[in-house]
Amino acid sequence: MHMDPNVSPIIAIEHLSFTFPDNTVALKDVTVDIAPNQVFVVFGPSRSGKSTLLRVLNRLSDLSEGAQRQGRVFFNGRDIFSPAVDVTELRRRLSMVFAIPTPLPGSIFDNLAYGLRMAGIRDAQTIERRITRALEQAALWDEVKDRLQSSAFALSGGQKQRLCLARSLAMEPDVILLDNPTSGLDPLSTATVEDSLIELKSRYTIIMVPHSVQQAARVADRAAFLMGGELIEAGTGRQMFANPKDRRTEDYVVGRFG
Amino acid sequence: MTRQQTNRLAKIAISLVAALVVLPTVFVILYVVYNGIGVISWEFLFTAPRSGMREGGIWPALLGTVFLTFGTAIAAFPLAIATAIYLAEYAGDNRLTRWVRLAIVNLAGIPSIVYGLFGLGAFVLFLNLGTSIVAGSLTLGLMTLPVVISTAEEALLAVPQEFRTVSLSLGATRWQTIRHQVLPHALPGIITGIILGLGRAAGETAPILFTVAAFYLPELPRSIFDQTMALPYHLYVISTQVPGMPLSLQYGTALVLLLVVLSLTLVATVLRTRMRRRRQW
Ligand SMILES: Nc1ncnc2c1ncn2[C@@H]1O[C@H](COP(=O)(O)OP(=O)(O)OP(=O)(O)O)[C@@H](O)[C@H]1O
Ligand SMILES: [Mg+2]
Repeated sequence: MHMDPNVSPIIAIEHLSFTFPDNTVALKDVTVDIAPNQVFVVFGPSRSGKSTLLRVLNRLSDLSEGAQRQGRVFFNGRDIFSPAVDVTELRRRLSMVFAIPTPLPGSIFDNLAYGLRMAGIRDAQTIERRITRALEQAALWDEVKDRLQSSAFALSGGQKQRLCLARSLAMEPDVILLDNPTSGLDPLSTATVEDSLIELKSRYTIIMVPHSVQQAARVADRAAFLMGGELIEAGTGRQMFANPKDRRTEDYVVGRFG
Repeated sequence: MTRQQTNRLAKIAISLVAALVVLPTVFVILYVVYNGIGVISWEFLFTAPRSGMREGGIWPALLGTVFLTFGTAIAAFPLAIATAIYLAEYAGDNRLTRWVRLAIVNLAGIPSIVYGLFGLGAFVLFLNLGTSIVAGSLTLGLMTLPVVISTAEEALLAVPQEFRTVSLSLGATRWQTIRHQVLPHALPGIITGIILGLGRAAGETAPILFTVAAFYLPELPRSIFDQTMALPYHLYVISTQVPGMPLSLQYGTALVLLLVVLSLTLVATVLRTRMRRRRQW
């Protein structure tokens, strides 16, 4: 489960367990390191804890009042649960794109500028520059450059998804958390998003819950297989999908269940 | 009977019941309009009563009600909105908030005369505000709190949860999230609740009886620490306390009071409809 010892991990998860207030155990003693500038895929059957893991990483899990957490998570060597950590800053460093694209009410521009404005960035030129770049990176610029002031709700599903990706990219985060970013997309848009992800990893670390095993195999540098909240196996993409060590991983990868 | 016939019969029965509810309201309004419209004039609206209120107009009472309505809004708005934000956004569900909610429900059930007595004890005497517009506004404000809090809380909870999650995930603080993603969308609903509450407050007699209302005071108030006449109490007075009072003046006063309350309700309804139409999600 350990990676190249020469690269220090950007995220280190140690013995992480997470239990919802209704006693659903979503994560059980998960330990794994994530290297920078890679696509790290978290895959597994439904309800295996993938979304929960992503939400713990930027502490959106704090919103589940009364949930229990054990273990530790380090981001750039710092414990993210230490009281000294500024949660808003953490969420700017690890930015989340949700499975269901959720624009905020308002224009396309407002959506993209929101996080920046909340971070106290007032300079119109800075905001414009970062928005333009984010839209280009998310392969959306050409489609919306003439209608930045129109409502974000008027976009198509695929455009909304890329808008949400761009909204995260505008924050210039270190890590992008993608929870099934191509769930509602047609094959062509899916390919567009996958291509941009592979380009983005030179600048960002990407942690992604894939839409399918096939997608996982296409984009993963490293992958972790979750089942019932347990980390069954983690390794390089090639090893995990061609030659899994654990029987359960193999069954899932070849489609014997799930 | 075929299913279609049953269906038609049910529809007729339900329409009849609905008409039964609407009819008395329409009848009351028409009756007041019919009897009161004759005296409505510039002079009636904008001059003070004369000759022991048997002549002249209702200006001090009308103005007093307008002042009290504004005062009520000012008194209730901040506390109601703060409470609603606390309940909807911060409190969650625990023993304390269950008690707070129970208290609010009970507050709504308290008879208005009890608010009047409470206002007398707390604002007029204890806080030494005297019989004044402030004391009356505070009393009316207190009385409208429950309905305003409940509608405001509902309006806040109607804002989709995803907006909060997305906002927080983009690094906004909790307050920034409320300020930019929750309040703007809830505001029309909150304002609707306030106006409905004001509509009720504007028509109440009991809470102002001991706290602000003057029996007969042709001069206009000069500060918020003065007494004032008010429409509902004026109507009560001229209907029961003044012998030889012309009926038309009573109906005219009732008509103006009705219009004040109905126009507030109308504004609230229009606002709510427009808000629903503008909503994007
Ligand atoms: N807010 C919540 N309250 C209670 N239980 C929850 C909550 N969110 C998730 N769970 C439970 O935690 C477990 C893990 O859920 P999670 O959403 O992380 O799974 P997932 O792997 O993302 O599933 P999917 O592939 O269906 O998205 C499930 O059993 C789920 O029912
Ligand atoms: Mg999920």
